[in-house]
Amino acid sequence: MKRTIISIVIIITSFVLQGTLFKALDFGNVSPNLLLIIVVSMGLMKGQRTGLIAGFFSGLLCDVFLSPYIGFYSIVYMYLGYMAGSFNRVFFPEDVKLPMALIAGSDLIYGFTCYAFMFLLRGRLNIGYYMLHVCIPECVYTMVVTVILYPALLWIHKRLEKGERKQEKKFV
Amino acid sequence: MSPVIKKKGEKFTLPSKYLLFILTIICSIMLVVTYVTDIFDKPLSYAVNYIIVPYQKGISAIGSRLSAKKDELVMIADLIEENEALKAKVSELEDENTRLMQDKYELNNLRALFELDAAYEGYKKTGARVIYHDASNWFSNFIINKGSEDGIELNMNVVAGNGLVGYVSMVGPNWSRVTSIISDNTNVSGTVLYSSENLIVSGSLELINQGVISYSQLLDSKETVGEGDKVVTSNISDKYLPGILIGYIQTIENDSNNLTKSGLLIPAVNFENIEEVLIILDQKMNITDKDIEEAEKLE
Repeated sequence: MKRTIISIVIIITSFVLQGTLFKALDFGNVSPNLLLIIVVSMGLMKGQRTGLIAGFFSGLLCDVFLSPYIGFYSIVYMYLGYMAGSFNRVFFPEDVKLPMALIAGSDLIYGFTCYAFMFLLRGRLNIGYYMLHVCIPECVYTMVVTVILYPALLWIHKRLEKGERKQEKKFV
Repeated sequence: MSPVIKKKGEKFTLPSKYLLFILTIICSIMLVVTYVTDIFDKPLSYAVNYIIVPYQKGISAIGSRLSAKKDELVMIADLIEENEALKAKVSELEDENTRLMQDKYELNNLRALFELDAAYEGYKKTGARVIYHDASNWFSNFIINKGSEDGIELNMNVVAGNGLVGYVSMVGPNWSRVTSIISDNTNVSGTVLYSSENLIVSGSLELINQGVISYSQLLDSKETVGEGDKVVTSNISDKYLPGILIGYIQTIENDSNNLTKSGLLIPAVNFENIEEVLIILDQKMNITDKDIEEAEKLE
């Protein structure tokens, strides 16, 4: 319960910051993808189920506000969250390489999917330009933000885990 | 054994594989439904109205206040100096103003003479603040802090300064989404001001990084269009009111079919740091089914 509420707050906050603060701090019209960091980290820390639900709702937020059709971002974020959840078995809190690699990979997949469905299908064939000017800069910027954001998320995860374990002990 | 079968005393949970499958189907259905109709728009726009929009407003208010404070501090020293210079300028300008007033009077007379309606200035407008930019890096749409409660309706035109920004593509109770003309998936029908040649202006992600957008399908058989010509919205557009400035022609190139021309256009609005916009409350009159019925009745 506590985890759900905190997750909702984190998702909404990062969605709001992504379009306000980080749009002001953009480099070459590219801003980092905070929602993806949140979704992938949640999936990695708690498993497929959490990942896909977090992804679905994050995507839904994007859809309602930004997209003319509802459902596209939901599907993309949901699958990325689910994919990150599959790595839950090899998740160790001390390890930073795996989440970094996962977030980088997810962001590239996200960028490519957006390009393929929203640009390629409308006949924008210059894939090199879009990769070099949107996808890769976004990925790099997202990585930089991950370095700061991931430890914070990990700290929240550990605190929640501690509380949950205590409660379980009490219950037993 | 199937993983869905419930064991005694165990809490029932749906395996994530199935959940993923179900949600994928739901999303696909929603995609199709929203592509065909807009029945989800209303409930969803109401839902987010009370959860997220106040949050966005708060944060963007803090942001603009901070940047205003920063500017204030920087400017105080300059202001004292400037004040002196400005005082001298005021008297100079007052003199000029009287002259310009006379000119304007003359201009108005001439306009009336030409039966040119000063339509652009005549539209009813309302100001709004940009509270959220497109979080993805693919489009340049944004959210403003006014909605149906302030009289905003779908497809209303949005301007900033003196140029066209875009149109309202979704309306919530007190927020609405503006689709800008530089977004990759929008097209505007325009007219070159002096030669009245029609063209299509299309937004482009690739070009806007260089500060331009593209136009195409310009006929111009008499070769009257030149670089630097003003392009305004055309009469034949179904969304945009006629005569709103879109931008200035930068380059003209012949297409390979030798019939039409295309090239680049510099938008009149600086989209880089757009903070406040004006929404034109008058809408282009469209013929609806109801109008046709009424017209038939009259006959």
